[in-house]
Amino acid sequence: MKTSTARAIQCSAALAAAGLLLTACGSSGGSGSGQSAQAAPVSFKGRGPITYVAGKDTTGTVQTIIARWNKAHPKEKVTFIQLPTDADSQRQQMIQNAETKSDAYTVLATDVVWTSEFAAHQWIEPLPANQFPLGKMLQPVVQTGQYRGKLYAVPASSNGGLLFYRTDLLKKAGVTRPPTTWAQMTADCAEVKKLPEAKTMSCYAGQFQKYEGLTVNFAEAVNSAGGRIVDASGKPDVDTPQAKKGLDFLVRSFKDKTIPKEAITYQEEDGRQAFQAGKLIFLNNWPYVYSLAQKSAIKGKFAVAPLPGLTGPGASSLGGSDLALSSFAKNKATALDFMKFFTSEESATYFLKNASLAPPYADLYDNASLDKQYPYLPDLKQSITKAVPRPRVVQYGDVTAAIQNEVYAALTGKKSSAQALKDLQGDLQKLTAQ
Amino acid sequence: MADTAIPPDTAPHQPGTAARRRPGRPPAPERPRRHPRSRATAGTGRLAALLVSPTLLVLTVVVLYPTLMALDESLYGPKGLDPRTGFISNTEPFVGLKNYTDIFTQAGDRFWNAFWNTTFFTVVTVSLETVIGIAMALIMHRAFRGRSVVRASILVPWAIPTAISGLLWKWIFNADGIANVLLGHQVLWTADGFSAKIAVVIADVWKTAPFIGLLVLAGLQVIPKEVYEAARLDGASALQQFWRITLPLVKPALLVAVLFRCLDALRMFDLPYILIGAQKGSVETLSMLAQNEASNVRFGPASAYAVLLFLYVFLVALAFVRLLGADLIGGAGGTKKHKSHAVGVPRRRVREVTA
Repeated sequence: MKTSTARAIQCSAALAAAGLLLTACGSSGGSGSGQSAQAAPVSFKGRGPITYVAGKDTTGTVQTIIARWNKAHPKEKVTFIQLPTDADSQRQQMIQNAETKSDAYTVLATDVVWTSEFAAHQWIEPLPANQFPLGKMLQPVVQTGQYRGKLYAVPASSNGGLLFYRTDLLKKAGVTRPPTTWAQMTADCAEVKKLPEAKTMSCYAGQFQKYEGLTVNFAEAVNSAGGRIVDASGKPDVDTPQAKKGLDFLVRSFKDKTIPKEAITYQEEDGRQAFQAGKLIFLNNWPYVYSLAQKSAIKGKFAVAPLPGLTGPGASSLGGSDLALSSFAKNKATALDFMKFFTSEESATYFLKNASLAPPYADLYDNASLDKQYPYLPDLKQSITKAVPRPRVVQYGDVTAAIQNEVYAALTGKKSSAQALKDLQGDLQKLTAQ
Repeated sequence: MADTAIPPDTAPHQPGTAARRRPGRPPAPERPRRHPRSRATAGTGRLAALLVSPTLLVLTVVVLYPTLMALDESLYGPKGLDPRTGFISNTEPFVGLKNYTDIFTQAGDRFWNAFWNTTFFTVVTVSLETVIGIAMALIMHRAFRGRSVVRASILVPWAIPTAISGLLWKWIFNADGIANVLLGHQVLWTADGFSAKIAVVIADVWKTAPFIGLLVLAGLQVIPKEVYEAARLDGASALQQFWRITLPLVKPALLVAVLFRCLDALRMFDLPYILIGAQKGSVETLSMLAQNEASNVRFGPASAYAVLLFLYVFLVALAFVRLLGADLIGGAGGTKKHKSHAVGVPRRRVREVTA
């Protein structure tokens, strides 16, 4: 008796739910298709709890922002799923989730270089571009979220490379302004190295270990010399004199010890530690170094400038993360609202103030009070506006591996830079041929 | 005795005896005995099948099914990109054995590099570990004060998770790390080159020599002291005792240890991945190659590499069991002997009877 009534209740509940779902689908489906007919046939329907999936939040700020949302939307709670810190494992888990078509992940925090791959596999939904304030954002940052002209991911944070340099040493050597070209930088180094305290120091370092950082640094060198890795239509164009000048700068610097030999093993942290330990005069790194170096032995003895280039200021590679919507998720209407909230200027300001995360919004960089807290903001803005995104290709994993292979061979002297670029051009043509 | 005991009139009651005495029909005497036994086997057999079936079911689900899935998956190629829509197709094309034949053509360089790296690591690390492990076992076997402390400290590396020891050695092999300070010379261990191979070998030997040491120690402790006493009385030197007594008697345990280490080393992934990094040609193993392919959403080639690695591991294990007679499942040899024994039994009995 008991069981049969229980079953009856369950059944009717299920029926009711199904009915609700049907009507919900019917109504929102109809209005959705009418509304966004010009974009993709995606309608954002369903409201309710969703998840936000991102790498481990080391600053605690993400949780605060989500708590704010949850307080205002008690029926559409967002659960924060934290993935490992390194980008590769994050991508791995997101791909696994997509391959099994699981609805466990709703909103994904994606690296700026994943957009093409995720969009081409249809793991993420195209988004209504007119519902986001993209016009107020820095344009290179907006581009990272696009695939074939459609918006698939909304910029949540940005990042650009900066040149950190030792103000105390440069001043002592009589250099008043940071270098804007590579030649100037090498000349400044020569001056500084004449100082007794700088005798054992090396001039410059970036990230040259065989990993994603090498792709970033290579792209910066090539772009700063007027070259490019892929052209506007996505075809590889790396076997050019300009690109060779860029790569040659790195190869030559390794040879003449402008870059120390051990920098071939440097990732971000190794370079930062070397700079803080007073082993480097110039360092190419992300802005996060600023606040950490302020707490180190070189506090107050360093400053930042835009990256130098071949004939003038160089071009940085873009970092940062975007928000994308999983194709297999439920409650996409809530998800869209949450994405708007999370990428709003208000949230970006909060992230900048509390986690020193570079915002995608242009006007935040010109805010005087924020500039006081982060003196590098004007330089960072310049870095980001002049930045070139890394190749936006579907097979990014293979493209970056090919770049790392060839560039590493050139830097370690196994190949001439001309040969490396020629081989790279061939590899990239094969990878983008499909 | 039989002749006197059996009166001639009792003969019809024992029709079997006459037959039994005939050497030409050996199976006959077995029939009456085997019949009840086989009935018992049917019963116990059914029970055994019933008892074993959950295990078999679990094995099917967790071993057989994934293996077959991997085999099936390895016959499919990566999904293609439709240049018109810009989307990747939903289905993987069936390519037959192309993923396997590719290792002789386009994917060959990387595959064979990974294959030789895997083999190199296995041969070098396991040989070093065997020598060092035996030495450790001999030290641990000795009775001296503080022996328990030495035993515990030798086992510490084995207790540390591989990923952690990978990180640990990464710091040691850093450009400014302790390894270079001790050498007084800057070797860039974590760069892509031969030194990276050496770094992996050192870290792996450090980590797993204690495992061999542990198993050999177990083998040493069952060797009776009298054997050594006898050898000493015969005037055998320490070296002779080691070669003639210790090594042969510890061989079963040692073989199992070496086999396990070989299989482990063939599957090596986390140590080079963490210590040196992904996509480093000088240390990329087959596992790393398969993982890399899978992470680039090419599950077909990844499965093919995994299947080839599986076969490689299987062949090595088979070679150990067949050629060196490693007693893998503790008593595999025993049952074999038992079986031949069982076959021999009726014949001997027949002979007894006929005699």
